[in-house]
Amino acid sequence: MAVFQKPLSLLLCVVLSGCATPIPKNILKLSPDSLEERQAQTRRYESKDEKQVLLACAGVLQDLGYTLDESRTKLGVVVGSKDRTAVDAGQVAGATVLVVLAALAGSQSDALNRIDDKQKIRASVVTRPSADGSEVLVRVTFQRIVWNRAGQISRVETVSDAELYQGFFDRLSKSIFLEAQKI
Amino acid sequence: MRLSLGHIAPHGTMLCLLVLFAGCAGIGSRAQVLGTDESQVKLRSIQTRAFDTADKDKMLRTVISTMQDLGFVIQRADDELGSVTGSKFLKNQVLNLTVTVRPRGGAQLLVRANAQYGLVAVEDPESYQDFFDALGKAMFLTAQQVE
Repeated sequence: MAVFQKPLSLLLCVVLSGCATPIPKNILKLSPDSLEERQAQTRRYESKDEKQVLLACAGVLQDLGYTLDESRTKLGVVVGSKDRTAVDAGQVAGATVLVVLAALAGSQSDALNRIDDKQKIRASVVTRPSADGSEVLVRVTFQRIVWNRAGQISRVETVSDAELYQGFFDRLSKSIFLEAQKI
Repeated sequence: MRLSLGHIAPHGTMLCLLVLFAGCAGIGSRAQVLGTDESQVKLRSIQTRAFDTADKDKMLRTVISTMQDLGFVIQRADDELGSVTGSKFLKNQVLNLTVTVRPRGGAQLLVRANAQYGLVAVEDPESYQDFFDALGKAMFLTAQQVE
């Protein structure tokens, strides 16, 4: 068994070390789901003032604890990020069990070093006026990078939960209202 | 005997380090500063297209929305320089894409895209053709090959 494991981990290492990573096909091709994703990530707001909507977007990002990394009013772009904990109670429990089991078997496990520790979440908001100029379209995308306790990147992903996007837009509606009322 | 991750992990880490140090990253890695796999001229022609429009802001906004449609999260945009940068996570690797837009004569814009996937530059013509097809469709214009 142990003889088997070594070549396997060696193989994994070669793959992970980067040089052997092949570039997947069609990386810059539109996927059939792109329209659906665009709809989930976009809302229309009745406003002729794109700048005001962008300001409201920046306000929501601040409400959510993001610090702004980039903003370009002329292009309708606001980007923010935040660093937060990524510790998950279930994952900690699972790793603890592994460590105990390993200890019972007379060995050590570094499972606790592999559990998620911290994450960087990036939010990118893009606005654009609708074709007739009566509305402003807002599209938001979130992505996150998760590090484990050993300081290695354990996961990178684009957030795709529909509720999270809905939650953002609910807050944006409120923010646009508050901005309009000068609160 | 119960085999846990703990058994192989120390060896695994060592091997990983060895591969990293001994592998392609180690030998003459400073040469990567000016290193590319393609010739400068060929790369430009693969990565650049001309469009029959002089509306730079509209082009930049369309670049941004096309990149979003392709799943990129926009990180930076600059209307003065005419550049947009975004990233996308694909199979646990980061795909970075920068697009620049600049005027060519009075009636055309030159759009150049360049991408990097993990530790490798994307240099295959098909990927860039796919990008310009998507961009052209969104602009209602045809991407023209630049000589």
